[in-house]
Amino acid sequence: MNDMTTTTETTTPVLDAGGVTMRFGGLTAVRDVDLKVNAGEIVGLIGPNGAGKTTFFNCLTGLYVPTEGTVRYKGTVLPPKPHLVTQAGIARTFQNIRLFANMTVLENVLVGRHTRTKEGLWSALVRGPGFKKAEAASHARSMELLEFIGLQDKADHLARNLPYGDQRKLEIARALASDPGLLLLDEPTAGMNPQETRVTEELIFAIRDMGIAVLVIEHDMRFIFNLCDRVACLVQGEKLVEGTPSVVQGDERVVAAYLGTPFEADTPEKAEAPAPTEAPEPKAAPEAEAPAGTDGTAKGAEPVAETPGADKAQRTTSTEGEGQ
Amino acid sequence: MTTDTTKTAAVTTPAGTGSRTTGLRRLTALGGIATIAATFLSWTYTDEFPGDLTVYGYPGGLQVLTLVAGALVLLYALAALDIRGLRWLAPTGTTKALRFLALGAFGTTWFTVIAIAVELGGVVNLEPGGFVAAVASAIPLVAFLLPDDTRKASRPKEIPSWAEILIIVLAFGIGLFVVTYGIDTEYAELFTGYMITAGFAVGALFKSGIMARLSVLTTKYRSIAVAAAFVAAAAFPFTQNTDQYTLIAVNILIFATVALGLNIVVGLAGLLDLGYVAFLGVGAYTAALVSGTTASAFGVQFPFWASVLTGAAVSLIFGVVIGAPTLRLRGDYLAIVTLGFGEIFRITVGNLDGVSGPRVTNGPNGVPNIPDLVFFGYDFGESHTILGIELGGYANYYLLMLLAMILVVLVFSRAGSSRIGRAWVAIREDETAATAMGINGFRVKLIAFALGATLAGIAGTVQAHVQSTVVPEMYVFAGPVPPNSAFLLAAVILGGMGTISGPLIGATLLYMIPAKLQFLQDYQLLGFGLALILLMRFRPEGLIANRRAQLEYHETGQLDTPEGTLPDSGVGTVKAGA
Ligand SMILES: Nc1ncnc2c1ncn2[C@@H]1O[C@H](COP(=O)(O)OP(=O)(O)O)[C@@H](O)[C@H]1O
Ligand SMILES: [Mg+2]
Repeated sequence: MNDMTTTTETTTPVLDAGGVTMRFGGLTAVRDVDLKVNAGEIVGLIGPNGAGKTTFFNCLTGLYVPTEGTVRYKGTVLPPKPHLVTQAGIARTFQNIRLFANMTVLENVLVGRHTRTKEGLWSALVRGPGFKKAEAASHARSMELLEFIGLQDKADHLARNLPYGDQRKLEIARALASDPGLLLLDEPTAGMNPQETRVTEELIFAIRDMGIAVLVIEHDMRFIFNLCDRVACLVQGEKLVEGTPSVVQGDERVVAAYLGTPFEADTPEKAEAPAPTEAPEPKAAPEAEAPAGTDGTAKGAEPVAETPGADKAQRTTSTEGEGQ
Repeated sequence: MTTDTTKTAAVTTPAGTGSRTTGLRRLTALGGIATIAATFLSWTYTDEFPGDLTVYGYPGGLQVLTLVAGALVLLYALAALDIRGLRWLAPTGTTKALRFLALGAFGTTWFTVIAIAVELGGVVNLEPGGFVAAVASAIPLVAFLLPDDTRKASRPKEIPSWAEILIIVLAFGIGLFVVTYGIDTEYAELFTGYMITAGFAVGALFKSGIMARLSVLTTKYRSIAVAAAFVAAAAFPFTQNTDQYTLIAVNILIFATVALGLNIVVGLAGLLDLGYVAFLGVGAYTAALVSGTTASAFGVQFPFWASVLTGAAVSLIFGVVIGAPTLRLRGDYLAIVTLGFGEIFRITVGNLDGVSGPRVTNGPNGVPNIPDLVFFGYDFGESHTILGIELGGYANYYLLMLLAMILVVLVFSRAGSSRIGRAWVAIREDETAATAMGINGFRVKLIAFALGATLAGIAGTVQAHVQSTVVPEMYVFAGPVPPNSAFLLAAVILGGMGTISGPLIGATLLYMIPAKLQFLQDYQLLGFGLALILLMRFRPEGLIANRRAQLEYHETGQLDTPEGTLPDSGVGTVKAGA
C-alpha cells in the first residue's frame, strides 16, 4: 500500500468528465453531465434508481462509448476501451457483483494485477527467473490486498462461496490490485447490514488515505454524507446539484427527487417529512410523478417511489437487472 | 494405520447392531471367497464362448476378471473387519468401497453368465459352475445393508520416503498393467467385463480414500510421479508382441493430445470450438504435402523437424485467420461459426483436386503413400530391437507421439497456471468483468485459440505419417471414428474440463469403446449420447473433477486441502491431476 501514486500538487483533476451524454435509441440515460474528481477526494454520486448513475460509470470506464462528451484522466483523454481505461488507472466495482465466481479469492485479486504485469504466454511456457519473480510479486501484492480488506484467511475459497458482504469487499480488493489512481464504486454497501456498512466506510477512508481518489454511487444517505467531500445528484440523466454534503442534503430539489413528488404537488404526507410509517405512500407516488416526467420517459418513474428514510428497501429494488 | 473403524463402530452403533455389522462384513468376505472359488469351476460346456471357460482348476478369460473382483471384495471385507495390516486400504471408510466392489463382482459375473446363455442359445449351456458363480457373486451385495462408515481420513502413518516413492512407482506400475490389459483385450466380451470390473474397482478406490492418499504422495514427490507416469507410458510398447495394439495406442495418444489442446480453448478460455479437428487436418495435410510423397503437389521432402515446424506454423496461421474475425463473437455464435469453418476446411480440401479447384490435395482421394519418418537413418517404419525387445514400427510412432503429448501437457499446465491462464479463466467466467479488470479480451482469446490450433497442428504432422494417408473424411464434425470435433469435445467434457488427466482418460475411453465393441456399430452413437446425458446429469464436472469444478457443482464450502497442507505450488489456475 506504499507505492501508490500519491497525490500530486498539480491542479489537474484526477477525473474530468465533460458534457457526457449517453443515448440508447430514444432514451437519453445521461445528459450532458460534467463531473470532476480531484486528487484525495471522495465524491458521491446519488440519485434515484434509473437516474443514469451506472450508465455514467460505464461511460467513464469505456464499457459504453458516450454519445457525446469526453472523459479525461489526469489530463489525458481516455480511450473508449475498458481494458485501456483500467490500464490508465481507473478501476471499478459493479453494482451487481461480478466476481469470477469459480476462481478462488486470491485468483480474483491476481486477475486484477493483469495490467500491472506483463508476462505473456511465452514467458509462462519458458518459466525463466523473471516469470517466477513476477508471479511471486503478484502473489505477495495480492495477499497484501486481501489482508487490507480482511479476507486473507479465505484466500483459497471460491469467490462464489463467500458471504455477500465479503464478495463486495473482494470486488474492491480486485479493483485495487490494478493500482488505480481513481476507484469507482457502484453501490458498495448494497445488501450489507449496518455493521458491514460501517466497516466499508472505514475501508473507503483507508483507500483515500492511500492516495486513491474515490467516486462512489450509493443510496444510503447517511453513508454518503459521512463519507464524501462532495456529492453530485443525478436525476433522469441530468446533474441536478453538486456541492458539499450539507448543501446537497438541504437542496429541496434533491429531497423532491427522492420523494418522487413534484414540488407543486402538495401531498400532505410529503410535508410531514419522511416518517417510516408511511407504507402506503409509494403506491400513490408514481401517479403523482407521471405528469412531471419532462421528456416523456416514464423510465425513471417507478423506482422513485421511495423515501430517503426507506433506503433499505430501495437498495433491494435497485439490485435487479440494471447496470453491468 | 488407524483404529478409527472400531471407534466409530463402538461409538455410533449400539452393541446389537455392531455385531450385526460384523456379521454382514463376514458374509461379504465369504461372498468374496465363494466368488473366487467359483472361478476355478467350469462355467460352460463348449469352448465356443471365447476365453475357454470350460476348464476346472484354471480360471480363464472373463473368469480372471471375476477372480480379481472377488479378491478385491475379500480384501476390502477383511479391511472392514479390521484385520491388521489391511487398514491402509480404506482411509475414509470401507462400506462405500465394498458396495462398489460388490457391484463390480456381481456385474462382471452376471454379464459373463448372461453372455454365455445369450450367445450359445440358452441357459442349458451353463455348467453348474456358472450357476455357482452367479449365486456366489450376489452374496457380497449384502454390503448394501452395511451402515455407512465414511469418516475423515486420519493422519497417515509416517513411513520413510523411499517407501513412499516405492508406492508411487508401484501405483503407476499397476496403472500401466491395467491399461495394457484393457488395450490388449481380444474380444468384445472380455473388454466389456474389463470395463465393468475396472470401472467399479476404480470407483471403489476413490470412495475408500486411498486415491486421495496417493494423490497426496504424488503431490509431495511431484517430479518423481511425473517421471513414473512417463516411464509407465513409455513402457507400453515393450509389453506388446505385435503392432496390432500399439497402433490402437498410437491413435489413442493422437486423440488424447488433440483433446488436451482443445481443453485449453474450451476448458480454460471457455471458447466453444466445434471445428477443432480442422486444425489437426491442417497439420496433417501440411506434413503430407511436404513429406515427399509422389501424390503431393509440391515435390519437396522436408526433414521431420521442418515439417513439424511447418505444420505448426500453418495451423497457427489458420488459427489466427479463423480466430481474428470469429472471436469477436460470444458463446453460441462462436460455436456456430467454428462449426462452419471446420466444415469449410473439409470441403475445401475435398475440392482442391484439379477439377473443382487447383490441384493441391487430390480431393476426396487424399494424399496417399506418405513415407515413414526417418531420423538420422533411424527408420520409423521398421522394427528395431531395444533392450533385447523387438519393437514394431508403430512403437516408434508411439514414443514420438508420447513426446508430443508431453509437450502439450507441459504447455497446458504452464500456461494454465500463469497470468495468461488466469486471464483465460477470467474471460470464461465473466468477459465484461475481465475486460474491466484490464484484460484485452480479444487478444487473450486469440492467443488461446491460436495456441490450441498450433498444438493440434503438431499432432497432425505425426498423424499424417502414422496413417500414411490423409483424406478429407478424417476431419469431419461428427462420425463413428475419433478424432472428430464432436468426439474431441466429448472427450474433454466426459473427462473433465480444465484438467490434464480428464481429457486423457476421456479420449482413451472414447477411442477404446468403439474400437473394441465393434458389434455396437449403429448403436454406438446412441449409447454414447445416452452416456453423456447421464454423465451431465449425475457428474457434470466430468470423470476427473477439476478442483474448482468440484466445488462448483457440489457446494462443499471451501477447498479441501489434504491434511491441512497446501500444495506449495500455490494457487494456480489449473490444478491438474497427475
Ligand atoms: N444498455 C442499455 N440499453 C438501453 N437502456 C439502458 C442501457 N443501460 C441503461 N439503460 C437505461 O438507462 C437508464 C439509467 O440506468 P442506470 O444507469 O442503470 O441507472 P442507475 O444506476 O442510476 O439506477 C435506465 O432507464 C436504464 O433502463
Ligand atoms: Mg445503478
